[in-house]
Amino acid sequence: MSINILMPALSPTMTEGKLAKWHVKEGDTVKSGQVVCEIETDKATMEVEAVDEGKVGKIVVPEGTEGVKVNAVIAVLLEEGETEVKGGAPAAEPAKAEAPKAEAPKAEAPKAEPPKSAAAPAAAPAKPATQPAAASNGKRIFASPLAKRIAAEKGVDLAGIRGSGPNGRIVKADVENAKPGAAAPAAGAPKAPAAKPPSAPAQPIFTAPGDQRIPHTPVRKVIARRMLESKQTVPHFYLTVELEIDALLAARTAINEVARKKDARVSVNDMVIKACAKALRDHPECNASWAEDEMIQYGAVDISVAVATDRGLITPIVRNADMKGVAQISIEMKDLAARAKVGKLKLEEFQGGGFTISNLGMFGLKEFAAIINPPQAMILAVGAGEERAVVRKGEMVIRNMMSCTLAVDHRVVDGAMGAQFLQTLRAYIEQPAAMLV
Amino acid sequence: MADTSFDIIVVGGGPGGYVAAIRAAQLGMKTAVVEREHMGGICLNWGCIPTKALLRTSEVYGLIKHADAYGLSVKDVSYDPKKIVERSRKVAKQLSNGVSMLMRKNKITVFDGTAKLAGAGKLAVAMNDKTNHTLSYKNLIIATGARARNLPGLEADGKLVWTYKEAMVPPEFPKSLLVIGSGAIGIEFASFYRTMGAEVTVCEVVDRILPVEDEEVSAFAKRAFEKQGMKILTGATVSNLKKGANNVTATIKVGDKTQEITVDRVISAVGIVGNVENLGLEGTKVKVEKTHIVIDQWGFTGEPNVYAIGDVAGPPWLAHKAMHEGVLVVEKIAGVKGVHPMVTTNIPGCTYCQPQVASIGLTEAAAKAKGLQLRVGKFPFIGNGKAIALGEPEGFIKTIFDAKTGELLGAHMIGAEVTELIQGYSIAKTLETTEVELMATVFPHPTLSEMMHESVLAAYGRTLHI
Repeated sequence: MSINILMPALSPTMTEGKLAKWHVKEGDTVKSGQVVCEIETDKATMEVEAVDEGKVGKIVVPEGTEGVKVNAVIAVLLEEGETEVKGGAPAAEPAKAEAPKAEAPKAEAPKAEPPKSAAAPAAAPAKPATQPAAASNGKRIFASPLAKRIAAEKGVDLAGIRGSGPNGRIVKADVENAKPGAAAPAAGAPKAPAAKPPSAPAQPIFTAPGDQRIPHTPVRKVIARRMLESKQTVPHFYLTVELEIDALLAARTAINEVARKKDARVSVNDMVIKACAKALRDHPECNASWAEDEMIQYGAVDISVAVATDRGLITPIVRNADMKGVAQISIEMKDLAARAKVGKLKLEEFQGGGFTISNLGMFGLKEFAAIINPPQAMILAVGAGEERAVVRKGEMVIRNMMSCTLAVDHRVVDGAMGAQFLQTLRAYIEQPAAMLV
Repeated sequence: MADTSFDIIVVGGGPGGYVAAIRAAQLGMKTAVVEREHMGGICLNWGCIPTKALLRTSEVYGLIKHADAYGLSVKDVSYDPKKIVERSRKVAKQLSNGVSMLMRKNKITVFDGTAKLAGAGKLAVAMNDKTNHTLSYKNLIIATGARARNLPGLEADGKLVWTYKEAMVPPEFPKSLLVIGSGAIGIEFASFYRTMGAEVTVCEVVDRILPVEDEEVSAFAKRAFEKQGMKILTGATVSNLKKGANNVTATIKVGDKTQEITVDRVISAVGIVGNVENLGLEGTKVKVEKTHIVIDQWGFTGEPNVYAIGDVAGPPWLAHKAMHEGVLVVEKIAGVKGVHPMVTTNIPGCTYCQPQVASIGLTEAAAKAKGLQLRVGKFPFIGNGKAIALGEPEGFIKTIFDAKTGELLGAHMIGAEVTELIQGYSIAKTLETTEVELMATVFPHPTLSEMMHESVLAAYGRTLHI
C-alpha cells in the first residue's frame, strides 16, 4: 500500500498553507524523521518530517503552490516492493481520519505545560472552532452538478479544489484546471480563506489611478482576524503608570559590566520582561485566561514579546522568564527576534504565552495602548524612557521616566487587581534590586 | 452646475449605461450619466421595446384574423397605422420616463449632452443647451452603443429606404416591402409587416435566414414564413436600388441569376456599427477594431480607468448582455468579491417574429465543430397539450448535451412564447446542471415548458409523449 503524505495542520489557525520547498524528489528514498518539505504557514516556515519510510512515488503538490488545504495529499510514498502509484493518483480518500497520523510537524508543541493548551489552543493540530468547513473530513462539498461529473471522470478529488463560483462553489472551470489526482488549488478569483478575515468592508473601496490592490499574506490575515476578535469580544480597560527608571538604568549599566563576559548586552526591555515576569509570579490571578466555564491560571510565567517583522507582527515567547536572569533573557530574546524576522520560529516559540509586552519606545513614543492578544488577559504597552521634569519632595527635579499602559481583560482582572499588579511592577522597575530577592 | 467630479461617469444612457449607473450608485459611488438623446437608449426608444409593442399588435391582429379557428366571429377587421405607431411610441415614452425616474431615485446626475475624453480623468461635455462642462472621473464607462450599418449603394435615406428607426414610425404601412438582412431586426420587421398584410421579400446574403441560430431553427423558420406568404431569398445580394417617386426597384442576384423587384419601401438591416466616433479616443490607449472598442474580460480598454460595455464593445449586440456587462464592470471597479467575467455561451438570444425564436449556447454545428460527442434531443409543439390548446402546434425545442459530461451545451427553440421559456435553460446553464437534474425537475402541466423537459428526455431516448 502506498502512503499518502498529507498537508499537516501546523497551527490551530491553519486551514491552508504554502508548500514552500520540497527537500526530496520523486524516486528518493526517505527515512522516518527525514525532512521532506518546508511549509509556510500563517506565521512561519516549518519543516515537515516523514513519519514512515519509503520511496517518494509521486509529488502531488508542486513546490511554490499556495493555498494548499490542510489534509490535502501533497505526496505519495511507496512502500517496499511497490513500483508505482496505483491508479495514477491518490484520488478519493485522502483526508478523512488518518490526517494527523501520516505527518507530524517537527515542531510538535511541548507536552510540558498541559493546562495552557486548554485556553490557548496551542498544541493540538485539530479543528479550530472558528473555522468553517474546509471541505474535507466528511463535510459537504459545494460543487455544481457538472463539476462533480467532470471530477468523477477525471479522477479529481473535489476536496482539494478551491471553488471560484458563488460562495466558493466548485464549478466546471475549477475542475478542468485541476490535474487528475491533484489537490492543487484551481485557478480563478482568489477566495476568502476559511478563517474569514474581517476585511470585507461594509462599503466597497473604489480605486483611482495610482491605487494598488495588494493580496493579504497569511500573517496579515491572522493579525486581522485575531485583533478584530480581541477588540470585539474582549472587554478592555486601560491603566497607565509613569515609572522612574534612573535606578533601572543604573542597574543595567552595572549588569552589562558583568554580562559582557557572557557576550550579553542587556536592554531596558529585557529588564522590563524580567520585572513583568516577577510581578506576574506575585500576582498569579493576572497570569490567567478567561475560558467559558472557568478561569485558567498558568503555572509558568511565559512572556510574549511583540516583534515587528517584514511579514508582520509576531510574538515570540520567553518561557519561565521569572526564573531566568536578565542576561539569559537578553540572549534568548535576541535569538528569537532574529529568527522571527526570517520566519524561522518553531511553533512552540510563538504559540502560548500568558502576557505580552509591546515596546514602541525606540520610536520615541511617550505612551500608547495595545490590543490584548487572546487568550491572554493583559498586554503592557511600553513607551520611551526619557528625561522629564518631576516633583520630588516639593522640588522639581529631572528624572528618567517611562510611561507604561496596561490593557486588561476585565473578565479576568478587575481594576484594583490590575492596579495592584502595576504597583508591584513599579516596585521592581524602580528598585531593580527587588528582582534579586 | 454644482458637481463636476464623480467616482464613475457612464457615457451613454442605454440599457448597459443606465444599469451600470444604478449598480454604481447602489455601491455608494458618486455617479453620473452623459446621454446625448434620451435615457434608455436605442433599446428603450428605438429598439427592443417599441418593436415589441408593434409585434404585439400584429400578433393580436393575426389571432383575430384566425378568430374562426377559436370559434369566434369577428367581422370587418381593420387597423389604423397611426394608432399602432402611437401606442408603440407611448410605451417607449413611458419606459424612458421610468428610466429618468430611476436616475433620480438613485441620485445619479444626468448630463444631457455629448461627451468626449479630455485627458486623464477628464471628460468634456458639450451640453445640448450649448453650454460646455469639464467633468472629472475616477472611472469612466463608455456605453455609447451602436447604430445601423450603411452598405455602399444601399444607404438608407429615411424615406424610401428605411433603417429600423423609420420602419418603427411609418406614416403609412407599405403594401410591399423588401427587407435586406435576416438577422433579428430584419426578421422582426418582416414578420410584423407581413402579418399586417404587406407583400414581404427577405434577402439574405448567406444560405439561410437567422444565421446565428441553429440550422434546424433557420430551416423551420423559413418554412413557417413562406407558409405565411413571405418570399425568402437566401444566398442573395442586392446589387442596386433604383429609387422612383414612391417606390424602389432592387436588383437582386441569386447565384447566376439576376432579378428585379419593385417595392414601396426597403428596410436595410445589414448589421450595426459601434458608435466610436467623436469620443476623443485618439491618442488614448483605447483600441478600436471593426468599429468596436476592444476590451478585456473585465471591460477594461487599456486606457487607465476607462472601460467599455455593451454594443460599442462588440457582439453579441443584446441589451441584456450590455446590462450584465455594466454590472460586472462596476462591481469589478468597486472590488466586490466573487465577480465573474461574462460567459458568452450563457447569454440567451430572442427574436420576436411569429413564430418566436430563442436560443442559448452552442448550435449543433458549433458543438460538433468542437469535436464533442453529442446527445441531441428534439421535441415538437404538436406533442404538447398546452400548445394544441393554444392553437399553436408549430415549433420545436432542441437540446444539445455533451455525451460525456452531461453538460447542457445549447438549447434552441422556435414556436409560441419560446422567448419566455428560454430563461429556464439559462438558469440551468448558469448553475451548470446536467441532464440528470433537468430530468429530475418537475415541470408544471399543462404548460409549454413541459416541452423543455421532454426535449431533455428525448436526448437520452426517454421522451414520454411522442
